Amino acid sequence: MIRLLWRDITLAFRSGGGFGLGLGFFLILVTLVPFGVGPNGEMLSAIAPGILWVGALLACLLSLDRIFALDFEDGSLDLLATAPIPLEGVVAMKALAHWITTGLPLVIAAPALGFLLHLDSAAYRWLIVTLLIGTPALSFIGSFGAALTVGLKRGGLLMSLLVLPLYIPTLIFGAEVVRRGAGGFLVATPLAMQAGITLGAIALLPFAAAAAIRVALR
Amino acid sequence: MAINWNAFWEWANPRKFMRWTDRALPVISVLAAVIFVGGLVWGFFFTPDDYRQGATVKIFYIHVPSAMMAINIWAMMLVASLVWIVRRHHVSALAAKSAAAIGMTMTLIALITGAVWGKPMWGTYWEWDPRLTSFLILLLFYIGYMALWEAIDNPDTAADLTSVLCLVGSVFALLSRYAVLFWNQGLHQGASLSLDAEENVADVYWYPALVAIAGFILLFVSLVLLRTRTEIRARRLHALEMRERVKDA
Repeated sequence: MIRLLWRDITLAFRSGGGFGLGLGFFLILVTLVPFGVGPNGEMLSAIAPGILWVGALLACLLSLDRIFALDFEDGSLDLLATAPIPLEGVVAMKALAHWITTGLPLVIAAPALGFLLHLDSAAYRWLIVTLLIGTPALSFIGSFGAALTVGLKRGGLLMSLLVLPLYIPTLIFGAEVVRRGAGGFLVATPLAMQAGITLGAIALLPFAAAAAIRVALR
Repeated sequence: MAINWNAFWEWANPRKFMRWTDRALPVISVLAAVIFVGGLVWGFFFTPDDYRQGATVKIFYIHVPSAMMAINIWAMMLVASLVWIVRRHHVSALAAKSAAAIGMTMTLIALITGAVWGKPMWGTYWEWDPRLTSFLILLLFYIGYMALWEAIDNPDTAADLTSVLCLVGSVFALLSRYAVLFWNQGLHQGASLSLDAEENVADVYWYPALVAIAGFILLFVSLVLLRTRTEIRARRLHALEMRERVKDA
């Protein structure tokens, strides 16, 4: 399983693996927002938590189809499915690899982009904390969406349609924590809720995703 | 009381399903039409105007039943999906598929009637209120579910994947429901009709509302049976066509 994790990470880092694409997309999105709403600093700092969270979510979405699609095309997914490790474990490792190559860079880049959006200084801490807690949920929920659409030819757009509604609770609690952090309010409740969603997603969704992959490979 | 469960499951045999729906459907449809129209006519023309809301209160007879159905149809799809996963009854999967479009329509009706009523009452068509937002999210779930059905060619694969989506989607729909409560305070009034409340709305509005709800439920039942029959026929037609093609080749 650890080897599978390393394999996925190395593949993502090598050329054509798409590493950094999500990050670039995140940067572009954050650059575009001030063009759209105007360079007014106060307004930007008011919407910064939301923009950063929505941006992270979309950047995550962008690379989801890579989790299973390439392996499905060249047949390695069949080999993994017949391998002596449970398919649920394969799915979990692949989601974890996706998080390490997409979610983690976003967490590291987010404060710099928050700076561009005049994010309130009190909120930086909470931005990093919520992204760190919330992005694994994005990867695991996304792996479920990717598993549902893995056998489809034009699955990309459909996957966004399926996955984005599932992201709503994570987004709500994540942005709420940052907003409250910026305002100096208590953040414990939404933070705990978000952690709950993440842990639940990690614990349960690999089973659903593995079930979907078994159907697709049938 | 002993219930013969095997006999119960036999109702889901496609041929038996076609036979009993063939007889039951006309009765249910007529009943649905009568009660639906009756409830709405009673609600629209034979109830007094509300002293604050005037005639706009009457949209209640469409809004509340359709909103109820929007949620209950998803629950019915969840049960049907579970039956498909556990017992692999094709009729069950097809019923879930047929119900989705009706559920989406009900959600849309609830949203639109709500918007029409909200303009004179709240002064806005749309407000990011928890209830309104959860319905919008429910609409997204319906759209995703139907899109997944459409995207997959093999009907069994489609039934399997949509069932899994329905299960996971239900959990997340519930989560979203409570997350949006957390996210914004509401403008929408509390539940209009609940079984445990002493009095929900005045009796003059309550009885026609019950009739309207019964009408909506019957309407849904007859539509879902009709659409499931269509799906079964389409499946049969497909099988026949395939057989012909094999014969020709």
